[in-house]
Amino acid sequence: MATLPKSGTDEFIKGLWKENPVFVQVLGMCPVLAVSNTAMNALAMGLATAFVLVMSNIVVSSLRSFIPKQVRIATYILIIATFVTVVDYLIQAVSLDLYKALGAFISLIVVNCLILGRAEAFASKNTIARSAMDGLGMGIGFAFALFCLGAVREILGNGTLFEAQLFHDSFQNWVVMILPSGGFFTLAGWLLLFNWFKQRKARREHASTLGLSKETA
Amino acid sequence: MHDESLWTIFINASLVNNFVLAYFLGICPFLGVSSKLETASRMGAAVTFVMLVSSICAFGIQALLVAINAPYLKLISFIAVIASTVQLVEMFIKKVSPALFRSLGIFLPLITTNCAILGLALFQTNKGYSFVQCIVYALGAGAGFTLALVLMAGLREKLELAEVPEVTRGTAMALMIAGLLSVAFMGFGGLGS
Repeated sequence: MATLPKSGTDEFIKGLWKENPVFVQVLGMCPVLAVSNTAMNALAMGLATAFVLVMSNIVVSSLRSFIPKQVRIATYILIIATFVTVVDYLIQAVSLDLYKALGAFISLIVVNCLILGRAEAFASKNTIARSAMDGLGMGIGFAFALFCLGAVREILGNGTLFEAQLFHDSFQNWVVMILPSGGFFTLAGWLLLFNWFKQRKARREHASTLGLSKETA
Repeated sequence: MHDESLWTIFINASLVNNFVLAYFLGICPFLGVSSKLETASRMGAAVTFVMLVSSICAFGIQALLVAINAPYLKLISFIAVIASTVQLVEMFIKKVSPALFRSLGIFLPLITTNCAILGLALFQTNKGYSFVQCIVYALGAGAGFTLALVLMAGLREKLELAEVPEVTRGTAMALMIAGLLSVAFMGFGGLGS
C-alpha cells in the first residue's frame, strides 16, 4: 500500500467502502451495536465518533515527531479523551434528549479501538493533511455503517424512519430488532451481505483470469 | 438507587443487564478470544480482577474530583488510571505469581482498551453507588462477562465441526450466536427487581 503515493482523495474514499471500519475491518463494535436502535441515535453517534477521529488524527499527526515511542499509546489515549470530553459537553449543550439517549456511550468513544487504531496505524506515520482525510473517510464510513444498522433496526422494530411513520397501522413491529439481540442479528445480516459480495467478486475475478489464461494458451 | 440490596446489584450486573449481551461492552475480546474454552475462562478471570481493582480506584477518583470540583476531568483521569492500574497489576502478578502471569499472558495488557472496564467505572459513578455496592457491582459485571465468554467459547468450539455455508464463516456466525445468547439472557429480565 505504501509503495504508491496516494492522493488525499484516495485516503478519503478507502474508508467509505473498501476498508469500511465496521463492515470490512469489524472495529469499534461496542457503540455500533449499542446505540443503533434508532437511525437518529446511530447518526449522532457516528458523527460524534467521526469528529473525534478527525481531530485526534490531526493532533496525533502534528505531534508525531515529539511523542516518544515508549509512551505513545498513553499519549494517544489522552489526546482522544480530551476530544471526547469536548464532544460530551457539546452534545449535552445542543440536545439534552440526545445526550440521555446516548448515555455513557459518548464517553466510551475513548476506548473505541477504531480511533486508537487509526492513530497508531496511520496518523503517527503520515502528514497532517493526509491524516485528516483518512480520519474523515474512516469517520464517515463509520457513520454510514452505523446509519445502515440504525435504519434497518428502526424500520423493522418500530415501523418508522427518523420518527416518520412508514407502514400502515396493521404493521406488526419486530420488537426483537430494538432489543439488544436485534443489534447482533442486524450486524450479522450486513456482514453476510458483504461477505457474499466479496465472494462473488472473487469468483468473477477467478473466472476472468482463467478465461485470460486460456486465451493466451 | 442507593437502597438497592447487594444481591440485587449482583444479579442485575451479571445476568439481567449482562455487560456483553445487554450493554454491548467488551465486544472486541468477546468476539476475539472466544474461540477456545480455556483462553476464554482465563480472559474472564483477568477481566474480573481488573474490573475489581479499577472499580475501587474509580470510586476514589470520583470522590477526589467531587472534592476539587473538576468533573470535566473524569474521563481523562479514569482512562489514565485504568491504563496504569493494568500496568501495575501486571507487574504485581509477575512478581508474586509467575505461574498466573504466564497463564494470563498477552490478555492483561489488552484489557486496557476493553470498554467494559471504563463502562463499569462510568456506570457506577452515574448510579452513585457506595463503596461496598461498587465492589459487588464489579464482581457481578466480571462474573457476567466470564459467563458470556465461556458460553460463547463452548458454542464456537462445537461449531468448528459443524457444516455451515461458506458465507457465514467467521464474524457473521459469531454475531448470530451472540444474538441468540442475548435472546436467551433476556429470559432473566425482572429477576433482580
